[in-house]
Amino acid sequence: MSARIGVVTFPGSLDDADAARAIRIAGATPVALWHGDANLHDVDAVVLPGGFSYGDYLRCGAIAKFAPVMSLIIEKAQVGLPVLGICNGFQILCESHLLPGALTRNDHQHFICVDQKLQIESTETLWTSDFVPGQQIVIPLKNGEGGYVASEATLDELFSENRVVATYVGNNPNGSYRNVAGISNKAGNVVGLMPHPEHAVEALTGPTTDGIPFFTSILKSLVGAT
Amino acid sequence: MARVVVNVALKPEILDPQGRAVQGALGRLGLTGVSDVRQGKQFIIDLEGELEGDRAELMEKLAGELLSNPVIEDFALTVEN
Repeated sequence: MSARIGVVTFPGSLDDADAARAIRIAGATPVALWHGDANLHDVDAVVLPGGFSYGDYLRCGAIAKFAPVMSLIIEKAQVGLPVLGICNGFQILCESHLLPGALTRNDHQHFICVDQKLQIESTETLWTSDFVPGQQIVIPLKNGEGGYVASEATLDELFSENRVVATYVGNNPNGSYRNVAGISNKAGNVVGLMPHPEHAVEALTGPTTDGIPFFTSILKSLVGAT
Repeated sequence: MARVVVNVALKPEILDPQGRAVQGALGRLGLTGVSDVRQGKQFIIDLEGELEGDRAELMEKLAGELLSNPVIEDFALTVEN
Protein backbone atom coordinates (compact mmCIF):
# COMPACT_ATOMS: atom_id res chain seq x y z
CA MET A 1 0.00 0.00 0.00
CA SER A 2 1.38 3.37 -0.92
CA ALA A 3 1.94 6.12 1.61
CA ARG A 4 -1.07 8.26 2.49
CA ILE A 5 -0.38 11.98 2.34
CA GLY A 6 -3.11 14.31 3.55
CA VAL A 7 -3.87 17.64 1.86
CA VAL A 8 -5.85 20.07 4.00
CA THR A 9 -8.54 22.18 2.38
CA PHE A 10 -9.41 25.33 4.29
CA PRO A 11 -12.09 27.76 3.11
CA GLY A 12 -10.08 29.77 0.58
CA SER A 13 -7.42 27.15 -0.20
CA LEU A 14 -6.48 27.24 -3.90
CA ASP A 15 -3.71 24.75 -4.53
CA ASP A 16 -5.08 21.68 -2.78
CA ALA A 17 -5.94 19.96 -6.09
CA ASP A 18 -2.46 20.57 -7.50
CA ALA A 19 -0.85 19.34 -4.27
CA ALA A 20 -2.92 16.15 -4.46
CA ARG A 21 -1.92 15.70 -8.10
CA ALA A 22 1.79 16.15 -7.25
CA ILE A 23 1.44 13.52 -4.52
CA ARG A 24 -0.19 11.14 -7.00
CA ILE A 25 2.53 11.74 -9.60
CA ALA A 26 5.19 11.00 -6.98
CA GLY A 27 3.52 7.64 -6.35
CA ALA A 28 1.70 8.23 -3.05
CA THR A 29 -2.01 8.35 -2.25
CA PRO A 30 -3.43 11.83 -1.61
CA VAL A 31 -6.02 11.99 1.15
CA ALA A 32 -8.36 14.98 1.33
CA LEU A 33 -8.50 16.52 4.82
CA TRP A 34 -11.13 19.14 5.67
CA HIS A 35 -10.35 22.05 8.00
CA GLY A 36 -13.15 20.93 10.32
CA ASP A 37 -11.95 17.30 10.55
CA ALA A 38 -11.51 15.94 14.04
CA ASN A 39 -9.16 13.17 12.90
CA LEU A 40 -6.30 12.80 10.44
CA HIS A 41 -7.62 9.65 8.68
CA ASP A 42 -4.39 7.70 9.28
CA VAL A 43 -2.24 9.86 7.02
CA ASP A 44 1.53 9.42 7.10
CA ALA A 45 2.28 13.06 6.22
CA VAL A 46 0.43 16.30 5.57
CA VAL A 47 0.66 19.08 2.98
CA LEU A 48 -0.79 22.48 3.85
CA PRO A 49 -1.46 23.98 0.41
CA GLY A 50 -1.34 27.51 -0.93
CA GLY A 51 -4.24 29.89 -1.19
CA PHE A 52 -5.99 32.39 1.02
CA SER A 53 -7.32 30.42 3.98
CA TYR A 54 -10.21 32.25 5.64
CA GLY A 55 -9.70 35.07 3.13
CA ASP A 56 -6.34 35.98 4.71
CA TYR A 57 -8.43 37.93 7.23
CA LEU A 58 -6.57 39.24 10.28
CA ARG A 59 -3.18 37.95 9.07
CA CYS A 60 -2.34 35.24 6.52
CA GLY A 61 -2.73 31.89 8.28
CA ALA A 62 -3.79 33.42 11.60
CA ILE A 63 -7.29 31.96 11.67
CA ALA A 64 -6.31 28.65 10.03
CA LYS A 65 -4.08 27.83 12.99
CA PHE A 66 -7.21 27.52 15.15
CA ALA A 67 -8.99 25.11 12.75
CA PRO A 68 -9.87 21.76 14.37
CA VAL A 69 -7.66 19.80 11.95
CA MET A 70 -4.72 22.12 12.69
CA SER A 71 -4.76 21.42 16.42
CA LEU A 72 -4.23 17.73 15.57
CA ILE A 73 -1.53 18.52 13.00
CA ILE A 74 0.34 20.85 15.40
CA GLU A 75 0.29 18.19 18.11
CA LYS A 76 1.49 15.40 15.77
CA ALA A 77 4.07 17.57 14.01
CA GLN A 78 5.74 18.21 17.34
CA VAL A 79 6.33 14.47 17.66
CA GLY A 80 7.48 13.80 14.11
CA LEU A 81 4.56 13.90 11.65
CA PRO A 82 6.03 15.19 8.36
CA VAL A 83 4.35 18.45 7.31
CA LEU A 84 5.06 20.56 4.23
CA GLY A 85 3.51 24.02 4.15
CA ILE A 86 3.54 25.74 0.78
CA CYS A 87 2.92 29.50 0.51
CA ASN A 88 -0.20 30.01 2.66
CA GLY A 89 0.74 26.71 4.29
CA PHE A 90 4.13 28.21 5.23
CA GLN A 91 2.31 31.21 6.69
CA ILE A 92 0.10 28.86 8.72
CA LEU A 93 3.16 26.96 10.04
CA CYS A 94 4.75 30.25 11.18
CA GLU A 95 1.52 31.45 12.79
CA SER A 96 1.28 28.07 14.53
CA HIS A 97 4.86 28.51 15.82
CA LEU A 98 5.92 25.19 14.29
CA LEU A 99 8.42 27.31 12.36
CA PRO A 100 10.10 30.51 13.56
CA GLY A 101 9.66 33.95 12.02
CA ALA A 102 6.77 35.30 9.97
CA LEU A 103 5.79 36.22 6.42
CA THR A 104 4.96 39.83 5.70
CA ARG A 105 3.86 41.92 2.75
CA ASN A 106 6.28 41.94 -0.20
CA ASP A 107 8.63 44.90 0.23
CA HIS A 108 7.63 46.28 -3.21
CA GLN A 109 3.89 46.03 -2.34
CA HIS A 110 2.96 44.13 -5.52
CA PHE A 111 1.64 40.62 -5.89
CA ILE A 112 4.20 38.61 -7.85
CA CYS A 113 3.78 35.57 -10.09
CA VAL A 114 7.01 34.38 -11.69
CA ASP A 115 9.05 31.29 -12.42
CA GLN A 116 11.67 31.64 -9.70
CA LYS A 117 15.18 30.23 -9.51
CA LEU A 118 16.03 28.71 -6.12
CA GLN A 119 19.02 27.02 -4.58
CA ILE A 120 18.38 23.98 -2.41
CA GLU A 121 20.44 24.62 0.72
CA SER A 122 19.51 21.68 2.92
CA THR A 123 18.84 18.12 1.86
CA GLU A 124 18.64 16.97 5.46
CA THR A 125 14.86 17.37 5.76
CA LEU A 126 12.28 14.70 5.06
CA TRP A 127 11.01 16.79 2.14
CA THR A 128 14.30 17.60 0.37
CA SER A 129 16.43 14.46 0.65
CA ASP A 130 16.06 13.69 -3.08
CA PHE A 131 17.88 16.91 -4.02
CA VAL A 132 21.63 17.49 -4.15
CA PRO A 133 22.95 20.26 -1.85
CA GLY A 134 23.43 23.42 -3.90
CA GLN A 135 21.13 22.20 -6.68
CA GLN A 136 19.40 25.03 -8.53
CA ILE A 137 15.77 24.63 -9.56
CA VAL A 138 13.04 26.77 -11.15
CA ILE A 139 9.49 26.59 -9.80
CA PRO A 140 6.58 29.07 -9.71
CA LEU A 141 6.40 31.72 -7.01
CA LYS A 142 3.18 33.65 -6.46
CA ASN A 143 2.50 35.70 -3.37
CA GLY A 144 1.55 39.05 -1.94
CA GLU A 145 2.85 38.41 1.54
CA GLY A 146 5.93 36.29 1.05
CA GLY A 147 8.62 38.36 2.69
CA TYR A 148 10.26 36.11 5.29
CA VAL A 149 11.20 38.02 8.44
CA ALA A 150 12.84 36.87 11.66
CA SER A 151 15.22 38.30 14.23
CA GLU A 152 18.93 38.34 13.41
CA ALA A 153 19.48 35.72 16.13
CA THR A 154 16.85 33.43 14.62
CA LEU A 155 18.31 33.85 11.13
CA ASP A 156 21.80 33.07 12.42
CA GLU A 157 20.45 29.95 14.13
CA LEU A 158 18.58 28.80 11.00
CA PHE A 159 21.70 29.13 8.86
CA SER A 160 24.10 27.60 11.38
CA GLU A 161 21.79 24.61 12.00
CA ASN A 162 21.34 24.02 8.25
CA ARG A 163 17.61 24.70 8.54
CA VAL A 164 17.39 27.06 5.57
CA VAL A 165 15.92 24.70 3.00
CA ALA A 166 16.04 26.98 -0.05
CA THR A 167 17.12 30.51 -0.98
CA TYR A 168 16.19 32.80 -3.85
CA VAL A 169 18.83 33.03 -6.58
CA GLY A 170 19.45 36.01 -8.84
CA ASN A 171 16.93 38.37 -7.33
CA ASN A 172 15.07 38.68 -4.08
CA PRO A 173 11.45 38.64 -5.25
CA ASN A 174 9.69 39.70 -2.06
CA GLY A 175 12.14 41.25 0.38
CA SER A 176 12.75 38.06 2.37
CA TYR A 177 15.55 38.50 4.88
CA ARG A 178 18.78 36.88 3.64
CA ASN A 179 16.94 35.54 0.53
CA VAL A 180 15.22 32.83 2.57
CA ALA A 181 12.63 30.94 0.50
CA GLY A 182 12.05 28.02 2.85
CA ILE A 183 13.02 26.70 6.27
CA SER A 184 12.59 23.62 8.45
CA ASN A 185 12.12 22.91 12.12
CA LYS A 186 14.98 21.43 14.16
CA ALA A 187 13.91 17.82 13.54
CA GLY A 188 13.53 18.34 9.78
CA ASN A 189 10.00 16.91 9.59
CA VAL A 190 8.29 20.31 9.21
CA VAL A 191 9.19 22.38 6.16
CA GLY A 192 7.74 25.68 4.99
CA LEU A 193 8.31 26.92 1.46
CA MET A 194 7.05 30.11 -0.19
CA PRO A 195 7.44 28.93 -3.84
CA HIS A 196 5.21 26.21 -5.27
CA PRO A 197 6.76 22.82 -6.12
CA GLU A 198 3.29 21.35 -6.71
CA HIS A 199 2.93 23.55 -9.81
CA ALA A 200 6.13 22.14 -11.33
CA VAL A 201 5.49 18.42 -11.64
CA GLU A 202 4.46 18.02 -15.29
CA ALA A 203 5.99 19.42 -18.47
CA LEU A 204 2.53 20.31 -19.81
CA THR A 205 1.53 22.61 -16.97
CA GLY A 206 4.71 23.70 -15.23
CA PRO A 207 7.86 25.57 -16.23
CA THR A 208 9.89 22.51 -15.18
CA THR A 209 9.39 19.28 -13.26
CA ASP A 210 11.79 20.49 -10.56
CA GLY A 211 9.07 20.28 -7.90
CA ILE A 212 8.79 16.49 -7.97
CA PRO A 213 11.71 15.70 -5.60
CA PHE A 214 9.89 17.39 -2.70
CA PHE A 215 7.20 14.74 -3.00
CA THR A 216 9.44 11.76 -3.83
CA SER A 217 11.68 12.68 -0.87
CA ILE A 218 8.88 12.27 1.62
CA LEU A 219 7.68 9.11 -0.08
CA LYS A 220 11.12 7.51 0.27
CA SER A 221 11.45 8.47 3.91
CA LEU A 222 7.99 7.06 4.65
CA VAL A 223 8.67 3.82 2.81
CA GLY A 224 12.03 3.56 4.54
CA ALA A 225 10.35 4.04 7.90
CA THR A 226 7.77 1.27 7.50
CA MET B 1 -21.03 47.18 29.02
CA ALA B 2 -17.30 47.25 28.39
CA ARG B 3 -15.46 48.40 25.32
CA VAL B 4 -12.01 46.98 24.64
CA VAL B 5 -9.76 48.73 22.15
CA VAL B 6 -6.72 46.83 20.91
CA ASN B 7 -4.17 48.64 18.77
CA VAL B 8 -1.77 46.44 16.84
CA ALA B 9 1.37 47.69 15.10
CA LEU B 10 4.35 46.05 13.45
CA LYS B 11 7.42 46.04 15.68
CA PRO B 12 9.76 48.94 14.90
CA GLU B 13 12.39 46.65 13.36
CA ILE B 14 9.94 45.07 10.90
CA LEU B 15 9.73 46.76 7.49
CA ASP B 16 6.27 48.24 6.87
CA PRO B 17 5.82 48.54 3.07
CA GLN B 18 2.25 49.85 3.44
CA GLY B 19 3.37 52.59 5.82
CA ARG B 20 6.14 53.49 3.40
CA ALA B 21 3.67 53.74 0.50
CA VAL B 22 1.41 55.98 2.59
CA GLN B 23 4.42 58.13 3.50
CA GLY B 24 5.15 58.59 -0.20
CA ALA B 25 1.53 59.51 -0.93
CA LEU B 26 1.41 62.07 1.88
CA GLY B 27 4.51 63.73 0.46
CA ARG B 28 3.10 63.75 -3.07
CA LEU B 29 -0.08 65.39 -1.75
CA GLY B 30 1.90 68.25 -0.29
CA LEU B 31 2.40 67.28 3.34
CA THR B 32 5.97 68.27 4.11
CA GLY B 33 8.27 66.87 6.74
CA VAL B 34 6.79 63.36 7.04
CA SER B 35 9.68 61.47 8.62
CA ASP B 36 7.91 58.11 9.08
CA VAL B 37 4.52 56.37 8.75
CA ARG B 38 3.61 53.07 10.36
CA GLN B 39 0.29 51.45 9.50
CA GLY B 40 -1.48 49.39 12.17
CA LYS B 41 -4.83 47.85 13.01
CA GLN B 42 -7.44 48.69 15.60
CA PHE B 43 -9.96 46.25 17.05
CA ILE B 44 -12.98 47.67 18.89
CA ILE B 45 -14.63 44.94 20.92
CA ASP B 46 -17.90 45.53 22.74
CA LEU B 47 -18.67 43.18 25.60
CA GLU B 48 -21.70 42.61 27.77
CA GLY B 49 -21.01 43.42 31.42
CA GLU B 50 -17.76 44.52 32.96
CA LEU B 51 -14.46 43.04 31.83
CA GLU B 52 -12.74 41.63 34.90
CA GLY B 53 -11.22 38.50 36.41
CA ASP B 54 -10.77 35.45 34.15
CA ARG B 55 -12.45 37.14 31.23
CA ALA B 56 -10.00 40.07 31.39
CA GLU B 57 -7.09 37.62 31.49
CA LEU B 58 -8.45 35.71 28.48
CA MET B 59 -8.96 38.97 26.56
CA GLU B 60 -5.34 39.96 27.18
CA LYS B 61 -4.14 36.47 26.16
CA LEU B 62 -6.16 36.50 22.93
CA ALA B 63 -4.89 39.96 22.06
CA GLY B 64 -1.43 38.39 22.03
CA GLU B 65 -2.33 35.08 20.37
CA LEU B 66 -5.10 35.89 17.89
CA LEU B 67 -5.30 39.64 17.33
CA SER B 68 -1.54 40.05 17.01
CA ASN B 69 1.43 37.88 16.11
CA PRO B 70 4.10 38.37 18.80
CA VAL B 71 6.84 37.52 16.30
CA ILE B 72 6.27 40.69 14.29
CA GLU B 73 3.70 42.81 16.13
CA ASP B 74 3.13 44.66 19.41
CA PHE B 75 -0.30 45.36 20.83
CA ALA B 76 -1.73 47.86 23.29
CA LEU B 77 -5.03 47.10 25.00
CA THR B 78 -7.29 49.59 26.76
CA VAL B 79 -10.58 48.89 28.49
CA GLU B 80 -13.44 51.30 29.05
CA ASN B 81 -15.77 49.69 31.58
